[in-house]
Amino acid sequence: MAGLQVESRTVLETRDVVFIALFAAIVASLAAFPPITLPLAGVPITAQSLGVMLAGGVIGAVRGGLALVLFLVLVATGLPLLPGGRGGFGVFLGPTGGFLIGWVFAAFAIGYMTERLWHRLNYVLAFTICVLGGVVLLYAIGVPWVAFVAKIPLSTALTGSLSFVPGDIVKALIAAGVIMTVKRSYPIIQPKAEADSAGRSGRPE
Amino acid sequence: MLTDLYIFADSPLHRTRPGIKIGVLVLFCTLLFVFEGWVTLALGGVAVALCLALSGLRARHVVATLRPAVWILLAIFLVQSYLVDILFASFVVFRFAVLILAATVVTATTRTSEMVDGILAGLQFAPSWVPKNQIALGVSLCLRFIPLVLSVFHDVRQAQRARGLDRNLTALLVPLVVRTLKTADEVAQAIHARSFD
Repeated sequence: MAGLQVESRTVLETRDVVFIALFAAIVASLAAFPPITLPLAGVPITAQSLGVMLAGGVIGAVRGGLALVLFLVLVATGLPLLPGGRGGFGVFLGPTGGFLIGWVFAAFAIGYMTERLWHRLNYVLAFTICVLGGVVLLYAIGVPWVAFVAKIPLSTALTGSLSFVPGDIVKALIAAGVIMTVKRSYPIIQPKAEADSAGRSGRPE
Repeated sequence: MLTDLYIFADSPLHRTRPGIKIGVLVLFCTLLFVFEGWVTLALGGVAVALCLALSGLRARHVVATLRPAVWILLAIFLVQSYLVDILFASFVVFRFAVLILAATVVTATTRTSEMVDGILAGLQFAPSWVPKNQIALGVSLCLRFIPLVLSVFHDVRQAQRARGLDRNLTALLVPLVVRTLKTADEVAQAIHARSFD
């Protein structure tokens, strides 16, 4: 495979860079998905934060996190890659900037937990990981940010954000299904443990 | 889809180097938060309005930038006027408007290609452990992958529509991810075969 004997001084192999670029592009493309309006919450949800969960769950912690860093750099350079054609520096200065920054940490956390539990991963576990990283951690970064820049109490900011939680739970349900199917059909993540119980290496093929 | 938010015109702001514009923007935003108050905010507002006029942006551009933020700003305004008073609420919302418009000036007067060139030029001063070539490769690959992902998505949606599954996100995303991962692997092998690394 590519980079089998590549000198070990480079942190990332070419294959890693390609995957990082691919998932940054997938997250960008998900902004073009038609938004789905949830019947019970009435809040339109976009598929973009689904891409955050997939980035962590499919290509792992470091690559997933870097894919989101690359995506945010492209947003900052003025490409309209966020839903509604938003982009540029302004989005980071707006009230929801914390959620954008939080995507990097969410993707990393989801990837880290997925790598750790790779051999035991099942649908319920993948769903739990997506909720922990993509909802709990993400809101832990985004909500205090809103409270700080909009000068509203933390509790008010939290209540205001809660209406988005049902949509994010639905996204975690979908992401977990996709992560599990991709794990079976085209696994990319190689867990830290060298070999699984059958003694095979973690490499695909 | 891949048109940037650049607005074509010729002005001193269009000709300024991207690095300087970004630096001034960061400084401006920091100052607005450090010296909090109506006087600073009014000065900032005047400065931004001058820059907007100088860079040749029309009113419709300003409206287009602020429109996506209107609902959340309205919510913040209502919460603040309930919690404190209307004066404070308008201060917070006005500050957001000034910050967003200041950023818009930079975005609208700088091409994405100039911005990317600026980033890569800035990387020359980065310490040697920063993988500069790989960052450049990642940025250019990503810009190429976005149309690819969209076209694969289009194909997959057509195929799933024939099966009545085009409203099912899982049925759309799994083939999209697997097919593009395979392409990515092929691209990686092609780059490797050409001894890029």
